[in-house]
Amino acid sequence: MVGIVGYGAYLPRYRIKAEVIARQWGADPEAVTRGLQLYEKTVPGQDEDTITISVEATKNALRRAQIDPKEIGAVYIGSESHPYAVKPSATILIDALGIGPHVHVASYEFACKAGTEAMYVAYSHVKSGEMNYALGVGADTSQGAPGDALEYSASAGGAAFIMGRDKVVAEILHTHSYTSDTPDFWRREGEDYPRHGGRFTGDPAYFKHIMGAATALLEKARMSPKDFRFAVFHMPNGKFPMEVGKRLGFTKEQIETGWLVPWMGNTYSGSSPTALTAVLDVARPGDLIFMVSFGSGAGSDGFIFRVTDEIKNVQDRAPRVRQMLEEKKIYLNYGEYAKFRRKIKLNE
Amino acid sequence: MRDVAVIGTGMTKFGELWGRSIKDIFVEAAERAIEDAGVDHVDSLYVGSMSPGLFVGQEHLGAVMADYLGVNPIPATRVESACASGGAAFRQAFLEVASGASDIVLAGGVEKMTDGADVIDVLATAADQEYEVYHGITFPGLYALIAKAHMHQYGTTREQLAAVAVKNHRNGAKNPNAQFRSEVTLEQVMGSTMVADPLRLLDCSPVSDGAAAVVVASLDVAKKLNKSFARVIASAQASDTIALHSRQSLTTLNAVVNAAQKAYKMANIKPADINLVEVHDCFTIAEIVVSEDLGFFEKGKGGEAAAQGLTSIDCGRIPFNTSGGLKAKGHPVGATGIAQIIEVYEQLTAKAGSRQVKNARRGMAQNMGGSGASCVIHILEAQ
Repeated sequence: MVGIVGYGAYLPRYRIKAEVIARQWGADPEAVTRGLQLYEKTVPGQDEDTITISVEATKNALRRAQIDPKEIGAVYIGSESHPYAVKPSATILIDALGIGPHVHVASYEFACKAGTEAMYVAYSHVKSGEMNYALGVGADTSQGAPGDALEYSASAGGAAFIMGRDKVVAEILHTHSYTSDTPDFWRREGEDYPRHGGRFTGDPAYFKHIMGAATALLEKARMSPKDFRFAVFHMPNGKFPMEVGKRLGFTKEQIETGWLVPWMGNTYSGSSPTALTAVLDVARPGDLIFMVSFGSGAGSDGFIFRVTDEIKNVQDRAPRVRQMLEEKKIYLNYGEYAKFRRKIKLNE
Repeated sequence: MRDVAVIGTGMTKFGELWGRSIKDIFVEAAERAIEDAGVDHVDSLYVGSMSPGLFVGQEHLGAVMADYLGVNPIPATRVESACASGGAAFRQAFLEVASGASDIVLAGGVEKMTDGADVIDVLATAADQEYEVYHGITFPGLYALIAKAHMHQYGTTREQLAAVAVKNHRNGAKNPNAQFRSEVTLEQVMGSTMVADPLRLLDCSPVSDGAAAVVVASLDVAKKLNKSFARVIASAQASDTIALHSRQSLTTLNAVVNAAQKAYKMANIKPADINLVEVHDCFTIAEIVVSEDLGFFEKGKGGEAAAQGLTSIDCGRIPFNTSGGLKAKGHPVGATGIAQIIEVYEQLTAKAGSRQVKNARRGMAQNMGGSGASCVIHILEAQ
């Protein structure tokens, strides 16, 4: 049996409300919260970045897996906000957590699905028998241009998954990926903020790729939506995951456990992975979980998980993601937010 | 001048046609029109398009479309008059046939607006760059000024503006080629996102891709084909100051008034002789002002008429925008003027389905550019 042996999430404590951003730009706060179903989002602290978020999430995954970090044979971090353009993020993580140096590391980028790519490759290494454990992380401190629609959603957070074959808490039964060249969202080298095709990011991008991966995955597994207790889809806003779930035949009840986005925002590479941790936090042995990510550009990775008896042993070993989302929040005004996100130019 | 008839029409669905290029959609509309007309050739081609260079980086549209349509070596010319490009292209085709220079001419219109260009900036090139755009105003702003002045001068209300959108969406819901086939309520229009006070999102026509084409021919050719056709009984065009602020009045569009007078004179009819009108409702206020300037309602009463339902298909005095108008059908700017002709043709040949106006004998198409600096009007009559 191959699957997740330890998982963990991390969300920064800072928040900004969508209505604060809307008022800053003269937009109608109610139209934003109603239209996008976004109420607030996480903001990284001034000393936080994709690497610190990955380290925190991985610490929680190690607390649950209770394995020797040295046994991890590969570490992959998926993000669109790696702090360095040239220099791997995972080298800092392995040294911080005592993994390696006998380890293979890489940084992945594929807009919002880099996290599930990291999970997919980590899983494949273990499945092939190449190594006992491999770590896949999805984390971001995502960028939204001031005044752009993305500013309401682009948030910070991540999740880490240790794949292994002993004491598996969620077995991976099937995977399927669906990819095409669809430029709905991009950021060129040297640009501060991504650009996007507005409504083009919807039907031809998000919906087409998630539906493409999901339909093939269900066929491959010979399963139907009603077989699953939970479903997780990439969450660029509150509306899309509910809508794509509905189109595929999933119910609101199956989706809402992982539906963190209205209060978390879009953690990009950490979006569907973080949602998966929210589901694992409350899952019971035997539960089936359906998950499909989405990354602009564009592609989707789909997974089917079956939760095992081990889940009961690990759930309490580290903080649950809903707890991080709901407790100890610190709200920022727009000025503080602009400072935290380094949107203010200083005379350095 | 010889008598001229519309003998065939074709158009694409309007909307976000992301899977197809400007060439694809024009060729689709043109082929349908030629097939519908049942002709084996056309003598020349006019392509109405406002800004293909800025929208998709392609100029020289006459030659491009003649090539992809496979009609070389006939003459092919692009006609541009901002949002009135389609109407102006149709007028060139009409004049070419009326003059006797050609017997059968294809007039098409096309715009591909959703391929990534900054639409607001491109459309603003139809206003005065030095005196209007330089100061930051865009078309919603210019039409908002007209709306504010109309409200101030004549007591036109927010509800009356909304009534135009509600009616056009109701009509668009019945048009299979419309971009928006959903009805909206007065409350939805008045509660939609503010764009430029008093105009809200649902007062504005959308950004669209689309193409439309018609075949015009001499009456002799039309009769020989033994098919339903509609005669063009008036073609008129007029111009006004490019900048809104240069006008004596913000609430009268002189190009519309002048083109209408010429059209009525040419057809030798009065507004009361017309059974339906397609007008350029780029914003709800435009339909109200134009309905007055065309002589259908007294100056200042256009809003009231819309709110009373006098412009709806069934209970109305004179149905306006049975197609859904620019508001609901969509507004791929260069295609709009041709699509208006198509709606009038379908009504006069009893092909408008659930939108059909009973006993439609004469129909008008009014197409304008910018804030009314150019206006093209055609009147068609059933055979």
